[in-house]
Amino acid sequence: MSARAPGRIAYVNARLLDPASGLDAMGGLLTDGEMIVDVGAGLFAGGVPSGVEVVDCRGACLAPGLVDMRVQLREPGEEHKETLRSAGEAAVAGGVTSMVCLPNTKPVIDDVATVEFVARRARKIGLAKVFPYAAATKGLEGQELAEIGMLAEAGALGFTDGTKALRNAQVMRRALAYAATFGVMIVQHPEEPSLADGGAMNEGEMASRLGLAGISPAAEAIMLERDMRLVEITGGRYHAAHVSTAEGIAIIRRAKQRGLPVTCDTAPPYFALNELAVSEYRTFVKLSPPLRTETDRQAVVQAIADGTIDAIASDHAPQDQDSKRLPFAQAEFGGIGLETLLAVSLELFHNGHLTLSQVIERLSWAPARLLGLAAGRLKAEAPADLVIFDPERAWKVNSDKMRSKSKNSPFDGRPVQGRVLRTVVDGRTVFTADA
Amino acid sequence: MTNVIYPHRHLLGIEGLAPHEISALLDLSDQFVEKNRSSDRKATTLRGQTVINLFFENSTRTRTSFELAAKRLGADVLNMQVSASSVAKGETLIDTAMTLNAMHIDVLVVRHPDSGAVKLLSEKVNCAVINAGDGWHEHPTQALLDALTIRRRKGHLGGLTVAICGDVLHSRVARSNMYLLSTMGAQVRLVGPRTLLPAQAEKLGVEVFHDMVEGLRDVDIVMMLRVQNERMRGNFIPSIREYFHFFGLDYDKLSVAKPDALIMHPGPMNRGVEIDSDLADDVERSVIREQVEMGVAVRMACLKVLTQNLAEGNC
Repeated sequence: MSARAPGRIAYVNARLLDPASGLDAMGGLLTDGEMIVDVGAGLFAGGVPSGVEVVDCRGACLAPGLVDMRVQLREPGEEHKETLRSAGEAAVAGGVTSMVCLPNTKPVIDDVATVEFVARRARKIGLAKVFPYAAATKGLEGQELAEIGMLAEAGALGFTDGTKALRNAQVMRRALAYAATFGVMIVQHPEEPSLADGGAMNEGEMASRLGLAGISPAAEAIMLERDMRLVEITGGRYHAAHVSTAEGIAIIRRAKQRGLPVTCDTAPPYFALNELAVSEYRTFVKLSPPLRTETDRQAVVQAIADGTIDAIASDHAPQDQDSKRLPFAQAEFGGIGLETLLAVSLELFHNGHLTLSQVIERLSWAPARLLGLAAGRLKAEAPADLVIFDPERAWKVNSDKMRSKSKNSPFDGRPVQGRVLRTVVDGRTVFTADA
Repeated sequence: MTNVIYPHRHLLGIEGLAPHEISALLDLSDQFVEKNRSSDRKATTLRGQTVINLFFENSTRTRTSFELAAKRLGADVLNMQVSASSVAKGETLIDTAMTLNAMHIDVLVVRHPDSGAVKLLSEKVNCAVINAGDGWHEHPTQALLDALTIRRRKGHLGGLTVAICGDVLHSRVARSNMYLLSTMGAQVRLVGPRTLLPAQAEKLGVEVFHDMVEGLRDVDIVMMLRVQNERMRGNFIPSIREYFHFFGLDYDKLSVAKPDALIMHPGPMNRGVEIDSDLADDVERSVIREQVEMGVAVRMACLKVLTQNLAEGNC
């Protein structure tokens, strides 16, 4: 792939989807170099000017590239599971043009040098853009605050202890208060650790049948309730990651109604699967938080539709064979999701819960807005980060064919609808689907 | 092809078995009970076949029972005790399975501390696999031997009321018994403190009690479970003394059960923890030793059926 700055490119015959402006119409888009310069229904009505390269979208959807606000990258430290390059390839194959990585690498992203290392490496690879979250506490140990101000200055978009909850209430309180000084958000893994300790799946009938230790849905609710109080006394900006329970959603809904600065996301497994997927001890569906009940799943769908859940993230968590080919209790948590993010999210459209534009909004404009990124829009002077996709084209998820180094997809074998045809980052085509 | 009474390659659990499959295994077990009691105990059914007892958890009773059952049928038996505390125990599981599979064995009898581990292993081998206990999940031969004991004493399983008491949460014996007895038309009650009963237990087709006297009233069978100290993470009960006071079986609590109610225990017993010592030895009420005898017969039946299925391609 050439890193040479592209010239002017006209995307024609496209169904333009720009949730930020409400645009949903057939039309065209013009990029020049790394930027979008014009977009609209009537663009190129008089033909494409000479000297401009033409990409014929043949009626497919042209939308802002997806902004995935929760990805585990594994580089540095666990390159046998995923690298910045393999994740980048997976991302662009999934239509993701920006991803936000968790700081749980080895070493932990808790100093300026590591933030810069990740950003520099990703720029050099030139696939999807990578923006890090930095650790909220040093070494993700939940004790001392990391250098939030300097890390923010270096480009960290938010602060989190990754897959670990900030368990100490006093530390969370100070993190929220201190981060608010710099206008950055704290991202929580909302799970009370003492209730989750030792658990392998959702607590309930299914876990009881399988003889697996359960994680109560109350673990999510308790942590969220506590955190809402801390947000209330600090005024800090709070974001709950991968919300999975009806109870948790209700807490966030109430907090939003009270005007607290709270947002949240969820991930495709929580609206497309439920705990029944665990029935054969399938470790690929051992996730954190665990897959919940059908009632919870429906509540997640509802909350995405009504906006209580702001964004959808892949929650991409690569795990190699040695971490997953184990008895269920011993297997690591997590599933990969970059390449299936769009297709599984489109089920919300195909099943009539959201419009196509709403699905795209949850995947691009909403997370970009929450993170303060100049992305997620089709408008002049925005970066030319684009995805062209056919929302109808059917395919079957096949873990073995995925670009991620790890193959642990919870959706392996699932028939899905919606295929990425082309992905563009900074005006350059970085992915095209095989014909 | 002979009449296939159990058309499965493995015996991984009771859940999902049909009543006629369970009955057929019990009928065959009955025959082995008689044979074991006769002077002509040794058969040649499994001559030339290899059975490996692969135990990732300490066990004397179950392993011995399987070993004896296989030897009575004329099989060659190997015991492998793998330390469950070894660092890479998961790797050991799959690697061990692959290694044994390459040696052309016929039956693997597996015990493992993790639920689902025996199923995982069964997917990697060509031989028949018998689950000798996986985590908190299932221990199917224990449920079969319990059912055989009950059926021989009471003549039937349907219509009986059975109380399973104590640490149900950590008990694979309880789960297998629950599935088997419900399938065969018995009414199952679970009795224990709330911390030792699984979440949403009432959804498993059983009645739930937290008081021994209420739970034991008019039952036909009292199954006591071992308090599994080794499986407990954290505090489930404050003390042994308190546990015995409220949930230990003694003559007093037993008095509300039917006068001919039988007492069972999968062993090994913690005397004075879940069961009064004298009661455990009371030959009028306790069938605990009979259970051990039935164990050998049931395991012979399972070995015979599974090796026959493999030989005849019945699965």
